[in-house]
Amino acid sequence: MAAPEVMDLTKVGRDPTFSDRLGGDGKLVHRCIQCGTCTASCPASAAMDISPRQMWRMVQLGLVDEVLESTTMWLCSLCYQCQVRCPRGIPLTETITYLKQTAMKEGLVSSRQSGAFYRAFADVMRRYGRNREMEFMVRYFMKGNPLTAFKFVRMGTVMMMRGKVHLELPVDREGRSLEKLFRRVAELEAEA
Amino acid sequence: MRYLFYPGCSLDGSALEYKRSMTAVLEALGSEVAEIPEWTCCGASAASVVSDLLGHVLPARNLALAEQIDEDMTIIAACSACYANFRRTGQAVQADPALLERINRALEVEDLTYRGKAQVRHLMDVLANDFSTEEIEARVERPLTGLVVAPYYGCQTVRPFSPYDDDQAPTSMPPILEALSATVHRHNREASCCGTSVLMTKQEAGVSMVAEVLDGCDGADCLAAICPMCQLNMEGYQDRASKVLGRQVNLPVLFLPQLMGLAFGLSDDVLMLERHMVPVTPVLSRLQQAAPAAAG
Repeated sequence: MAAPEVMDLTKVGRDPTFSDRLGGDGKLVHRCIQCGTCTASCPASAAMDISPRQMWRMVQLGLVDEVLESTTMWLCSLCYQCQVRCPRGIPLTETITYLKQTAMKEGLVSSRQSGAFYRAFADVMRRYGRNREMEFMVRYFMKGNPLTAFKFVRMGTVMMMRGKVHLELPVDREGRSLEKLFRRVAELEAEA
Repeated sequence: MRYLFYPGCSLDGSALEYKRSMTAVLEALGSEVAEIPEWTCCGASAASVVSDLLGHVLPARNLALAEQIDEDMTIIAACSACYANFRRTGQAVQADPALLERINRALEVEDLTYRGKAQVRHLMDVLANDFSTEEIEARVERPLTGLVVAPYYGCQTVRPFSPYDDDQAPTSMPPILEALSATVHRHNREASCCGTSVLMTKQEAGVSMVAEVLDGCDGADCLAAICPMCQLNMEGYQDRASKVLGRQVNLPVLFLPQLMGLAFGLSDDVLMLERHMVPVTPVLSRLQQAAPAAAG
């Protein structure tokens, strides 16, 4: 969804508490002066439907749906360039993690492919304690759009030929499962 | 020097050559390196998206294991994402003792306690600051004369935590490369992001990030990487990036410790140069050309 040049704010649903509800220091987004340093610093801004600067303004205004449905947060690679350069000292990169958390909880379409990535990774960590690259990739393809796999066939083949990755049976031979720890964290999160 | 070492998932998998070469190089420089036993994943970029607490508990588990061995010993992280996660948790518990308590309530199930003492440093920091260039130079048996190397730090190596270097224009690598007698190719994408997981989820956007870095390195014989994600992406997506740039790029991407190991004359079984997706043969033949002249 491309952002329109002009939005009539009297005609859209808004939640002014949006940034306060984000975790961490999300409320600091109110400091933003729209200087655009974040957009200028972002290596992925050209591919975004809403630029980082626009997105932070929308967060301030409480345009929840517009923010959560945009691709912007999912193109963030956590390079921290916007955060370290922000003249207002807003932890922008960290706040993006909270936006991702919110979008995943709500199961929005924009988060489907990226959400599959994070869930597949968490599954492998939980089960084996460490990432197993091949199994992670397979789980990721199965959770998201399986056709994505075709984009990786060539690279995966070369990696196998060079001995960089191996097929492994999905069993926990080394007994490093983090099942108990993951369960405990979920209990503690539910308490809070 | 004695160090604890947290390899992280990549260094035990696709980037095994990084682990082997860095351990061998540190040993060649007279250090002892002990891997933290029973380490588990730091959570990468995924854990904190799933849950705040999980994003701290997974790094903390490993820091607790390290503290059990020796809480004053420096822990080396060679993957920049692991490094940033450890630093982030270390900083968060300093600022918020209640978080430390919460983390430890979770770690109870593993019979572990994190005290918030463990100190994690990036391999880049250790290589640049714990050894003088004279010490490195003294170890060189096969100078990299004539080899033009483009330093590539990536993002989380220096951001948001960079106690040892500048987060915009880092300068840790050139003195090391010069001590190896290599020629340094400075460029303006040294601390740019490789695209990380964006290459898995939004490939086109990620490929253009790879292309920008590779474009900056035009004129070099190879890149020197210091993070397994950077290395993998710069190598693995080079063909796709070439299409974006409209010219075929053929740039080997070595880990800095592999280049150091080459110069130190370390054996093939620690350098593992055959594992590279972009063959390193141009680098080796460049060195062979230079060798007779260097031998005089």
